Amino acid sequence: MNLTLKQRQIVWAYIFMLVPLLFFIIIRWYPTLQAFNVSFRDWNVFEGAGPWIGLDNYREIWKDLLKPRSAVRAAFWNTIRYVLYGVPSQLILGLGIALLLNHIRRFSGFFRAAYFVPYVTSAVAVAFVWNWLYQPQTGLLNQLLTFLGLPNQPFTKSPSQALQSITAVAVWQSLGFTVIIFLAGLQQIPEVYYEAARIDGANSWQLFWKVTLPLLNPVIVYLAVLSTISFLRLFALVQNMSPQGTGGPLKSTTTVVLEVYREGFSSYNMGYAGALTVILFFIILLITVIQLRLFTRRYEY
Amino acid sequence: MATSMQTSADRTLQLAEQLVSGTSRSRGQFSWLTLLVYLLLSLGAVVMVTPFIWMLLTSLKPAPELVQFAFLPKNPTLENYQRVLQTSNFGRWYLNSILIAIFSTTSVAFFDSLVGYTLNKFQFPGKNLIFLGILATLMIPTEMLIIPWFTMSVRFGWQQGMAQYWGIAFPGLITATGIFLMRQFFDGVPSELLDAARIDGLHEFGIWWRIALPLVKPAVAALCIFNFIGNWNAYLWPLIVASSREFYTLPVGLSFFRGESTTEWEKIMTAASLATVPLLIVFILFQRQIIKGIALTGLKG
Repeated sequence: MNLTLKQRQIVWAYIFMLVPLLFFIIIRWYPTLQAFNVSFRDWNVFEGAGPWIGLDNYREIWKDLLKPRSAVRAAFWNTIRYVLYGVPSQLILGLGIALLLNHIRRFSGFFRAAYFVPYVTSAVAVAFVWNWLYQPQTGLLNQLLTFLGLPNQPFTKSPSQALQSITAVAVWQSLGFTVIIFLAGLQQIPEVYYEAARIDGANSWQLFWKVTLPLLNPVIVYLAVLSTISFLRLFALVQNMSPQGTGGPLKSTTTVVLEVYREGFSSYNMGYAGALTVILFFIILLITVIQLRLFTRRYEY
Repeated sequence: MATSMQTSADRTLQLAEQLVSGTSRSRGQFSWLTLLVYLLLSLGAVVMVTPFIWMLLTSLKPAPELVQFAFLPKNPTLENYQRVLQTSNFGRWYLNSILIAIFSTTSVAFFDSLVGYTLNKFQFPGKNLIFLGILATLMIPTEMLIIPWFTMSVRFGWQQGMAQYWGIAFPGLITATGIFLMRQFFDGVPSELLDAARIDGLHEFGIWWRIALPLVKPAVAALCIFNFIGNWNAYLWPLIVASSREFYTLPVGLSFFRGESTTEWEKIMTAASLATVPLLIVFILFQRQIIKGIALTGLKG
């Protein structure tokens, strides 16, 4: 063949990219457009594409949001609460444990592994183990409370405690990941900054606020974004920790994704479910952009 | 040019290494503070590990023992395991999860590194557009794609019979995160080396497979670990697309198992143990590599 090296490289590049490009077109880009399309239609999956109904699905969601006891209203409100409780707990605990781990030498491998174990475990198994721990009379936690002479708690059985109980499990499960990333961030801070600050007479408290925290800012933003997104998408834990997987008791734990699942795959109301996922997409996009803008500040090294 | 990027990739690798080997900067002298740190960390480790121990202990207890408060089983028995294995399809669900995780991970390792390499080392028209197109898919939450994927699966019969394996696996066969990660790691492979192989007459596929790929083995290993765990624990999509019991993956099977044995906690804990223990053993054996892999993908991704 009389191709130049450059031309041959182009041919090879396209050969290498052929299958992946088809994959992205068929499995990612087309379904993304299709998701918008579904949300504008009255769509029942087994009958194929339904008629175009414009913004009706969105109007329906809006109406449901204004209804005081609707599942969708509960789902959005709960999802916000999961984020508000979960993200700060996860970041503060994660940073705290990472700081402790950074301080020690012996057994640090053991501790890291211990904190990391729940992260590699399936959320379904985790949900069941915690259901058992949270049981009213026979559960380990209530037996512990009895042993300490404290009143028993209903945990996931009560509308006023269920959401917090599930948030705690979600934090428990992903804490290990947060710790590992914080630890990596801490070890990236050059020791000279601490030495310089100490020479200037800074105490440990000041070192933390003036050196560690500002230099850790990119890691904090990264973890805040990841953690927020994962709480916005909460599903497996809620489905397996609420009675009959419906987000109860009394809708107190249901999430947006759980309602997508119920509307789309129990009631086969795909258009409505599709519109919910589009809204979720815009919420995630908006929050990511806001967090990146708000928390990313440049520090001169 | 390439060298500065190379050091950045090397530094990340080195950091992840340091994180795992437990080399910390703190001095190893005894102090009350250090003792306090160990106490706090141990307390935390107890909170992380106890649920798993409790799960295992419960699975070894005969049903009547569940209502008595005793931490250890009085008459440990494997009867629960026998009953769960006989009455459910656990063996089959295992096989399904293993097959799907291996298939997806192999595909991801192959294609993600090939695309990452092509995007890093080749110049071809449309390259930046393709790269941006792939990156943009990172912003799309899976939840938004499940309805289009499901309609696609219904149309092609991917939720029936053996095709369910393909149905469960197809969305994850190539990942944008992996491509992004690999693209960065191929910065560390000097182009001069590839040119030398070209002069020797090796074709482009051979250059990638035999020269470039072996140089980024740690990154590929990290990607595989990350992807395998993600696949093994995947829940929402397999739950939707797998329509018959024999094709459930482990988390989906586990979830349905609970529905059938609502209050028999010894059976549920046995099922949860069956689902988690093998992965826990793998985790304990390869703890260092796994944490390093997650830290690496987390930091770069």
